[in-house]
Amino acid sequence: MGLEEKLPSGVLLTTVEAVAGYARKGSLWPATFGLACCAIEMMAVGGPRYDIARFGMEVFRASPRQADLMIVAGRVSQKMAPVLRQIYDQMPNPKWVLAMGVCASSGGMFNNYAIVQGVDHVVPVDMYLPGCPPRPEMLIDAILKIHDEIQGMKLGANAIREQNLEEAAALTAAPTLEMRGLLR
Amino acid sequence: MSAEDVIYEAGHDDADAYADSYDTSDGRVFTLSGGDWDTVTPPSEGEKERIVVNMGPQHPSTHGVLRLILELEGETVTETRCGIGYLHTGIEKNMEYRTWTQGVTFVTRMDYLSPFFNETAYCLAVEKLLGVTEEIPDRASTIRVMMMELNRISSHLVALATGGMELGALTAMIFGFRERELLLDIFEMVTGLRMNSAYVRPGGVAQDVTDDQINRIRETLPLLKKRLKDTSDLLVDNAIWMGRTVGIGYLDLASCMALGITGPILRSTGLPHDLRKSQPYCGYENYEFEVQTTDTCDVYGRFLIRIGEMHESIKIVEQALDRLRPGPVMIEDKKIGWPARLSIGSDGQGNSPEHIKEIMTESMEALIHHFKLVTEGFRVPAGQVYAAIESPRGELGAHVVSTGGTRPYRVHFRDPSFNNLQSTAAMCDGSMVSDVIAAVASIDPVMGGVDR
Repeated sequence: MGLEEKLPSGVLLTTVEAVAGYARKGSLWPATFGLACCAIEMMAVGGPRYDIARFGMEVFRASPRQADLMIVAGRVSQKMAPVLRQIYDQMPNPKWVLAMGVCASSGGMFNNYAIVQGVDHVVPVDMYLPGCPPRPEMLIDAILKIHDEIQGMKLGANAIREQNLEEAAALTAAPTLEMRGLLR
Repeated sequence: MSAEDVIYEAGHDDADAYADSYDTSDGRVFTLSGGDWDTVTPPSEGEKERIVVNMGPQHPSTHGVLRLILELEGETVTETRCGIGYLHTGIEKNMEYRTWTQGVTFVTRMDYLSPFFNETAYCLAVEKLLGVTEEIPDRASTIRVMMMELNRISSHLVALATGGMELGALTAMIFGFRERELLLDIFEMVTGLRMNSAYVRPGGVAQDVTDDQINRIRETLPLLKKRLKDTSDLLVDNAIWMGRTVGIGYLDLASCMALGITGPILRSTGLPHDLRKSQPYCGYENYEFEVQTTDTCDVYGRFLIRIGEMHESIKIVEQALDRLRPGPVMIEDKKIGWPARLSIGSDGQGNSPEHIKEIMTESMEALIHHFKLVTEGFRVPAGQVYAAIESPRGELGAHVVSTGGTRPYRVHFRDPSFNNLQSTAAMCDGSMVSDVIAAVASIDPVMGGVDR
C-alpha cells in the first residue's frame, strides 16, 4: 500500500514482508457485521470466556473504514447483499473476509428465494467456517488460520509473481467436470 | 454517450423522482428506485431545514440489522421509521416443504435468542392439532418448562448485555456474556448444541435429561444467582445508567393496547399480563412465581422487569427440577413419537446400539414405525390452531394450518419482536437521538424473529 510495495525483490523485501505480516496479524481489526445467530457467537468470542483480545482483535470497529476483517456472521438475505457489498467496498486494503457459518458459506439449510447462496456471490471470501452456528473455538481457529495467511502474505514484486503463478495454476487445473472418482 | 449521461439528461426532461427513464433501440427503459430519500427537495418557505439520518442496517447500536430512518431537527427526532426485512430468511415458506418434525429445526432459528420458546410454541400448536396435548408425558412438559426458563434467563442476559453495550456500558456486556456461558453450558450438556438445538419435538423432547445433568444444573443455579446480583448491583442504582434510562422511551398502557405490545414493555405499564398465568401451558399453573411489573412505562422499568424475571425464572427452574419424576419424555403413540434414542459412539453421535438392535433384530413393527417416521413423517389432521406462549419478549404465537398431510400447509408465527417494534415511533418521536438507542434496546427486538 505504501513504500513497502515499491521495494525490489530480494532479502530486504522478504524481511519487510515478515515484519508487515507480523504487525498486520497482531492487530487485525474486525468490522461488526453481525447478521443472525452467528453474530451472538461472534459476540461471545469478544466476551470474557473466549476473549479475542488475546489476539489483538477485541476492537470491533463500527466503521468499515477502520476495519481489516469482515466476519460475515449469519445468513445474508437478498436485501442485505448490496449493503454487504457496500461495506466491503468501504473497507481499506488489505482486507479479508471470513464467512462464518454455513449460511454465509453456502446458504446452508435455507436453500430458498430469500437467502444468498453463499456470500462469495457478493464478496471474495478468504476463509469459510462451517457450523450452525460454529462454536467460538471454531471461530478463533478460523481467525488464527487467517492470521497465518496474513503472516505469509507477499508484497510488491513477490506478490505480483505469486499472483501470476496462481493464475497459471488455475488455468491448467482440471475443471470439476473432468474430475473422476470419489471427489475427496 | 454513456448510459449515465442518458439517464442524467432524461432525468431533467421528465423528472420522475422514482423512475428515471431513457430511450434505447429496444424501447424506453425505466430505472426504478423508490422508497428512499434519494432525491432532495429544497425546503419550502418558512420550513426549517430537514435532516434525515439513516441509521443501520449495519450499525453497532441498532440491535442487529434493524434500520432506523430518523428525521431530525437539531438533535431532536421528529419522525422515526423502521426499515425491516434485512434478515428475511423465508423460514415459514421452507417449512411447507419439510415434515412436521423437521419444522422444529427451522423455527429454532427464527428468534435465535430464545430457541426453546420457538420450538415449544410450534410443538404445542402441532400437538393441539393432533389432539394429543393431554398425552404429553409430565416429564417432557417439565423439561420444556425448565429449558424455557433457563432460556429466558440467557435471553434477558443478552438483552442487558447488548442494551448495555449500546448505551456504552461495556461492563454490562462483559457480565452478561459471562453469565450466559453458564446457561449455554447447560444447553450444550442437555441438547448437544449451544444454540439452535431443535430439542423440543412434537410429542415431547428429543433426549432425556440424566441425573448427572440435573445435578450439574442444580450446582449452576447458586452461582448464577450470585452473578445476577453482581449485574443488578452494577446497574440498578447506577446514576449514569438511570440518567440514560429513567423517563426514556415512554409508552403507556393505552398505547401498548393500541399497538398490540406484549412482554416487558406491557408489564412496565403496570399491567400484570403474562400468558404463563393467564392461559397456562406445559403445566405452568403448578409453579409458584410472580409476574414482574413496574408502573414507570420507561426503559428503566423494563430493565428492572428483566432483572426480576431472571430471578423468578431461577425459582421456576428449581421447582421444575424438584418436580422431575422418572418416566418417558416422548409420547407413547409410536405413530407420532420420534423413535431415535441418540448416543455417542466412537464414530460420533448416532442412534444408540440398543435402538438399532431393537429395530434390526427384535421388532418388525418398530422398524416400520422408524422407517415411516423418518422418511415420510406423521400425518396431522386437517385444520388450524393457534398456540401462544410467553417468550422473553412477549406473546409468541404459532398459527399452524394443516390439510391433513405430512407437511404443514402454512405455519405463521406471531413474533413479539415484530409487533413490539411498532412502538419504536411512539417511543422515539420527540426525543433525543441518544434516547432512540435506549428505547430500541428496551424493546429488545431480535431481527431473526422480526423478519423470519
